[in-house]
Amino acid sequence: MREFSYDVVTIGGGPAGMAAALAAREAGAKRVLILERDRELGGILQQCIHNGFGLRRFEEELTGPGYAHRYIDMVKATDIDVWLDTTVLAAEPGGVITSVSPQAGLTVVRAKSVVYAMGCRERTRGAIRTPGSRPAGVFTAGAAQRMVNMEGYLPGKEVVIVGSGDIGLIMARRMTFEGAKVKAVFEIMPYSNGLTRNIVQCLEDFGIPLYLGHSVTAIHGKDRVTGITVSEVNDKLEVIEGTAFDVACDCVLLSVGLIPENELGRAAGIAVDPITSGARVDQFRETSIPGFFAAGNVLHVHDLVDWVSEEAAIAGRSAARHARGELAPSGRERSVMAGEGLRTVVPQRLTDFEPGKMSVRFYFRAAKPMGASLLQFWADDALAFERKLRVVKPSEMIVADIPVRKIGDAATLEFRVVPAPEKVAAEDEIEEEA
Amino acid sequence: MTGSFGPGPLPESADVVVIGGGVVGCAIARELSRFDVSAVLIERSPDVATGTSKANSGILHAGFDAEPGTWKARLNVRGSRLYAELAEGLGIPRKATGSLVVAKDTAEMETVAELRHRGIDNGVAGLEIWNRDQVVAHEPNISSDIAGALWAPTGAIVCPFLATVGFAENAIRNGVRIVIECAVTGIDVADRQIVGVRTTRGRVATRFVVNAAGLHSDEVARLAGDDSFTIKPRRGEYILFDRSVGQLVNTVLFPTPDKVSKGILVSPTVHGNVFIGPDAVDIDDPEDRETTAGGLAGIIAGARRIVPALPLGTAITEFAGLRAAAGKDFVIGPSPAARGLVHAAGIQSPGLTSAPAIGEVIVEMLQDVGLRLRAKASFVPVNPEKPRFHELDREAQARLVARDPLFGRVICRCETVTEAEIVAAIRSPCGARTVDGVKRRVRAGAGRCQGGFCGPRVTAILARELDVPITAVRKDSIKSWLFLSRADLEAGEGIHA
Repeated sequence: MREFSYDVVTIGGGPAGMAAALAAREAGAKRVLILERDRELGGILQQCIHNGFGLRRFEEELTGPGYAHRYIDMVKATDIDVWLDTTVLAAEPGGVITSVSPQAGLTVVRAKSVVYAMGCRERTRGAIRTPGSRPAGVFTAGAAQRMVNMEGYLPGKEVVIVGSGDIGLIMARRMTFEGAKVKAVFEIMPYSNGLTRNIVQCLEDFGIPLYLGHSVTAIHGKDRVTGITVSEVNDKLEVIEGTAFDVACDCVLLSVGLIPENELGRAAGIAVDPITSGARVDQFRETSIPGFFAAGNVLHVHDLVDWVSEEAAIAGRSAARHARGELAPSGRERSVMAGEGLRTVVPQRLTDFEPGKMSVRFYFRAAKPMGASLLQFWADDALAFERKLRVVKPSEMIVADIPVRKIGDAATLEFRVVPAPEKVAAEDEIEEEA
Repeated sequence: MTGSFGPGPLPESADVVVIGGGVVGCAIARELSRFDVSAVLIERSPDVATGTSKANSGILHAGFDAEPGTWKARLNVRGSRLYAELAEGLGIPRKATGSLVVAKDTAEMETVAELRHRGIDNGVAGLEIWNRDQVVAHEPNISSDIAGALWAPTGAIVCPFLATVGFAENAIRNGVRIVIECAVTGIDVADRQIVGVRTTRGRVATRFVVNAAGLHSDEVARLAGDDSFTIKPRRGEYILFDRSVGQLVNTVLFPTPDKVSKGILVSPTVHGNVFIGPDAVDIDDPEDRETTAGGLAGIIAGARRIVPALPLGTAITEFAGLRAAAGKDFVIGPSPAARGLVHAAGIQSPGLTSAPAIGEVIVEMLQDVGLRLRAKASFVPVNPEKPRFHELDREAQARLVARDPLFGRVICRCETVTEAEIVAAIRSPCGARTVDGVKRRVRAGAGRCQGGFCGPRVTAILARELDVPITAVRKDSIKSWLFLSRADLEAGEGIHA
């Protein structure tokens, strides 16, 4: 087995891996390596041929491959090494990475810092226990997207989308463009799990009905899918008797959630946040194992790639500092709690701040949709910071910068989202939507 | 005869025709291949193990359930021993986990004591009654309200697909022809003697037919004028959990059985997963493999009686299997209606366990009804080993990649399956021809993402290796095409090859 040494290695060459590698190199890491399983860099962006990427990061509207190529060009302009067609089999504490590829065979890389950037995978039919038969024609939306956009084949011509995640909404439009009939989108929750702009641009613009509060209770067909049975659900998500109806189709695309592809992290023994399924990180994006960082969708599922790039840059800079021995182990660690109205917060813990640090950026997911609200930061049970939110949706990340002076020395740190008092909401300046 | 596997051609004549490529038919074919005889196995699907053999509990029962004197009792115990001898050489993953029948109260303790005596009568070795503490020490996640259990050290688990493929491949290596996508349309009988089998791929003249047609074995019998039994499909639903919770149980956990079935069990699989199920529901349609909300809820409730803390969030798939029940015992023996026809039918549990023993008795019966068999010196009882990348240590992995670079390309990341393994599964004598066929042989797509990542890649490899367009690649059954081309859609065509 051949052995190599690097300062910083990113596992994954999608948007997170590239941004982390670039930031690490810019921050002074001399030997930087990107390990990528696919035959090109870019990750899932390469199959996202629709536009809407980069409004925040590049202040223009790019396609997925367009966004990816901005970063690929930046990587190529550096001396960052890229190993394609390479799968990481293990990344052990101490920075020993074992990878395999057809060209290089089994290889050991010793890294001073490792950045997890493996992205996420789609939840499956099995995970949501949809009953029925198991014919051909049931795909996760992302797998279908790859076949359509990269291979040029279609998964069916009469399509039903289950779940209203963004990939499903994008695929509703894509399949319509391809000439297929998209009959409906069924979402079990009383609200959509996709971005508002995708509901408008992918469903409403094409007259595709979105059924909220509807659950697929059976998939039918022996060879190919022939149809599904759908029922309304009550507020406990239980099927309401007598509401069942059938929809004929030859294809079911599932868009029922994304899960961080965090197996390498779990295998290495990093502490995992049970809600995000990603690592529990501090503000440097360092996991519970020193020198192991995480960024992008393997840390928590993002709504916009722009946030992924930004977060990965934090991880990359931190990884470079760790490689130089400048990211000292923190003497003190404080947990950050997602309280009322919130499902997740990242980072989940704070360690000692760098000298001169003015603020810390936090990313949140809301527990449920709300109207005008207040994002509150409580330090030691005292309200230390408050910001107005025009509207709150679980599908859209909340991002907030909290001044370090507001965090202070408080031992307990908690965020909440509470309904805004009416008059406050009315006179508030409108928050820009993510 | 040179062995083969594929959609035809059907030879014009054969000494024996085996109908059905489930584990029973394939085990019979493999037993026949010891002899100098021309044997053809016909299977209507594109693969072996697509009926009852693809969706079952994967358990090698110890043999204490069946009443002494029945086929079930005799063949179960013999089959369980045969797997212990054969599995490794045939490439059949098997783990000797032992099994426990868990009793909840005094009445159930009496039942498991009866089972122990029955097992002793059947020749099952090593049966012990364990008290609560012994059971809890062995199974820390078991329900706290149990009274004790029957411990059967010879209980084991097996991969039912690779058992079938292992028997089939060995049969092919020893000269059996397996013709797939070939459905029986008629059986020719002259003077109450079998003379031929008609199929969708033509006719084969033969005087001996083995009916191992599983859920359709009563239909096959009727084609020969034999209505001596009827198959009543009995459906059972399952939930399979991710390998990350593989440590939930160490052994096969049965509840104390009732009259209908062995009950809802919680069991490890040979690949490190855990499953719960099955229930038992009589149905009419021998193709109805739909899971139901009520069925899944029922097996969850049943399994919780044994292991209360089920990791439901780690479920990766649900499926239903069909038992080919024909009464209390197996239907094994010569047809009362047509000479030369021998039934291996009504094979419900413990059919997987019994399969190699069924092979032995069916071959004896064929001899009894006149088939002349001469052992052949060239019989090779084992299959070449197929390397499984993820099971090897790093040094062995490095050697494999050095030998074949395709071992360096991981296609299925959940189960760490390489392209070389997938190619080997397609090119092997009993080679996969469908996406599910690849999954069943090497587990690409059998993990937590269920093919979300590797599905398109496996499809492309199948198209390349079989030299067919992507649009001709199928999921499982004959007409289960996965994709259509843009041109097909524009022409208003549906999914087809």
